[in-house]
Amino acid sequence: MIKNIMIVGVGGQGSLLASKILGKAAMDAGYDVKVSEVHGMSQRGGSVVTYVRYGDAVYSPVITKGQADVILSFELLEAARWLPNLKPGGTIVTSTQQINPMPVVTGAMEYPSELVEDMRVLGVDLRAFDAPELARRAGSERASNVALIGLAADVLGFDHEILRNAVASCVPAKALEVNMRAYDMAVEESRK
Amino acid sequence: MKKLLLGNEAVARGLYEYGCRFVSSYPGTPSTEITEFAAEYDEVYAEWAPNEKVALEAALGAAVGGGRSFCGMKHVGLNVAADPLFVCGYTGITSGLVIGVADDPGMHSSQNEQDTRHYAIGAKLPLVEPANSAECKEYIKAAFELSEQFDTPVIFRLTTRVSHSRSPVEIGEREEFEVKAYDKNPGKYVMMPANARKRHVVVEDRFAALREFAETTSLNTVEKGNGGIGIITAGNCYNYAKEVYGEGASYLKLGLLNPLPAGLIRDFAASCDTVIVIEELDPVIENFCKNLGIDVIGKNVLPLCGEYSEEVLREKLLGEEADYVELGAELPMRPPVLCPGCPHRGVFYTLSKLKVRVSGDIGCYTLGAVAPLNAIDSVFCMGASISALHGTAKVRGEADKFVSVIGDSTFMHSGMTGLANVVYNGGNTTTIILDNRITGMTGHQENPLTGKTLKGTPAPFMSLEKICEALGIAPEHIRVADPADLVEVEKVIKEETAAPCASVIIMRRPCALLKGVERKPALVVDEAKCVGCRSCMKIGCPCISITADKKAKIDGSMCVGCGLCSQMCKLGAI
Repeated sequence: MIKNIMIVGVGGQGSLLASKILGKAAMDAGYDVKVSEVHGMSQRGGSVVTYVRYGDAVYSPVITKGQADVILSFELLEAARWLPNLKPGGTIVTSTQQINPMPVVTGAMEYPSELVEDMRVLGVDLRAFDAPELARRAGSERASNVALIGLAADVLGFDHEILRNAVASCVPAKALEVNMRAYDMAVEESRK
Repeated sequence: MKKLLLGNEAVARGLYEYGCRFVSSYPGTPSTEITEFAAEYDEVYAEWAPNEKVALEAALGAAVGGGRSFCGMKHVGLNVAADPLFVCGYTGITSGLVIGVADDPGMHSSQNEQDTRHYAIGAKLPLVEPANSAECKEYIKAAFELSEQFDTPVIFRLTTRVSHSRSPVEIGEREEFEVKAYDKNPGKYVMMPANARKRHVVVEDRFAALREFAETTSLNTVEKGNGGIGIITAGNCYNYAKEVYGEGASYLKLGLLNPLPAGLIRDFAASCDTVIVIEELDPVIENFCKNLGIDVIGKNVLPLCGEYSEEVLREKLLGEEADYVELGAELPMRPPVLCPGCPHRGVFYTLSKLKVRVSGDIGCYTLGAVAPLNAIDSVFCMGASISALHGTAKVRGEADKFVSVIGDSTFMHSGMTGLANVVYNGGNTTTIILDNRITGMTGHQENPLTGKTLKGTPAPFMSLEKICEALGIAPEHIRVADPADLVEVEKVIKEETAAPCASVIIMRRPCALLKGVERKPALVVDEAKCVGCRSCMKIGCPCISITADKKAKIDGSMCVGCGLCSQMCKLGAI
């Protein structure tokens, strides 16, 4: 068994913390694991993707077309961009947050207006939430990445205590309370 | 205890555990974190050097001086360090020297794709290559042992996916290797012709011994599988091959890539019906096999360009296509952009506005080349902005229509020599140094101009102005400006490009992402005043967009209040 999870977003949104949490959970659950990150130029506001693969024996650190069981997306357009990597029958958990890319900023293109519907029409199991708003309710928008993990908790394939402990051990100590609140609220929200 | 470590972090752990005493490097994606993590160990002295040549020379000196040493860089850094690289094989070492070089197939953050194995072949140095984080640590041990057993520096080749992937690593304790007694041995360490002729013979003899070693080392492993397919591979390509073929093939996984084991390869090939060589970038293993008369599948079906993946192998070797869905519509791309509040933005906006041609350089500021700024005409390699423009100006005689633009760290790396050339040879070009007080692109590393070392201790103050003056730029043509002030930026660029002599403009403002840099409240648009003229959008700030009712809108969560857009607005709407 290999589980493939992609974390996609825009440089600076905090996907490295999310991948750290998932990597920790996979290790604690006793799996082999590989996490592939992006550093350098793409961090500068570009499209950023992180791969988390866990299972009995993991070789490749990269997830390619049609392979992802779950795509965790911090930004709506990025969910659409990486849709081809989703395994048929896989799940996308996305924040509805929109960040305009440069072609939209310069007016050369428009931000696509019906992305959620367009993906659902294709039969994609797409779960969309306003993660920053949920994080704000929990006490800080900065907990958006942890909120997103909570929103996806039921499809990531981990025992709940293991995932929750991984969140607790990876977030900065001074932000522990707000992050755990965001996580718990998100899990609850995802089950509504 | 096992920990999930980044490949580069595991290399650093290996340096710590296997007694490395000295690390000198220049940052470069994807190699940078090795040195940053190494610096976290008190037992390991670690420093940033101004460039890779200096770093390798320092590490060579440390190894000849008797301590286990390491030097890290990206692939193009090895071009800069090629001079000491080719001589250090002749001198050998006293204690182990490992040269870590990270290649970037797919050019995630580089100006070319380059295969470091060619350097190992050229310099006749052993090269080892790990496939995951556990091997990153273990191969550092092997590399130091190889270095000391054969009295040679060892190249430790990484690729982006190995450097920047996390996988489990067993954590151990540090073994101490004492600094060895000083060895005054001019026949070995003074490389003048009489000595070097003798040392070349040593190099060839050593390489012959290494060929023997390659046949039996545990760095090279054979895994027997089912069927007649045999795969010869190394590094991360082994991982992709395992995903595709699993138990359905046999593998010769090479950990020592130079020299290659002729006997082992012959025996492996003889035991298989079909041999496939899977290697990113150049056909080094493949050509070796062909020279042995072994027929292999390789670059006849697999690409020379770009990064491999499971998908590439499935498509090219098996003709398989993935099953997936996609949206029919074209989606807007999201290329990297200069950050909100980036001090480089106003400089490039002004250069673009004044139609000044720009000879650019390597760093975040290379992003000045993309829309809507479109301000850069050429970018070659580290430091080339100044030297290349000098040549352009000599043939065109239009020094007033050009500037070179270089970052502070890149100037210290290899820009100074270019500026010396301009002054020495009577050039009259203008050099703009973007002094953002840090090495930005690679993620904030200290450099000789920041006043701090890698370990965080204070370093002596070095003045860019005085360096330029010492290089012969007239003091009145060394100007310092604040790039956040568009009026000042335009004035100083106009004045200095018009000057009949070589000049330097230092645009000084710290990187907007640096800790301690003041973030002002986000700016807001007064919708009553905004007429939707889009003037504010010419600076290419990712915070600004136009709403459906044709008004500018600033994303308050990203804006750091730099004020560039409000200077653009003639109506005072921001």
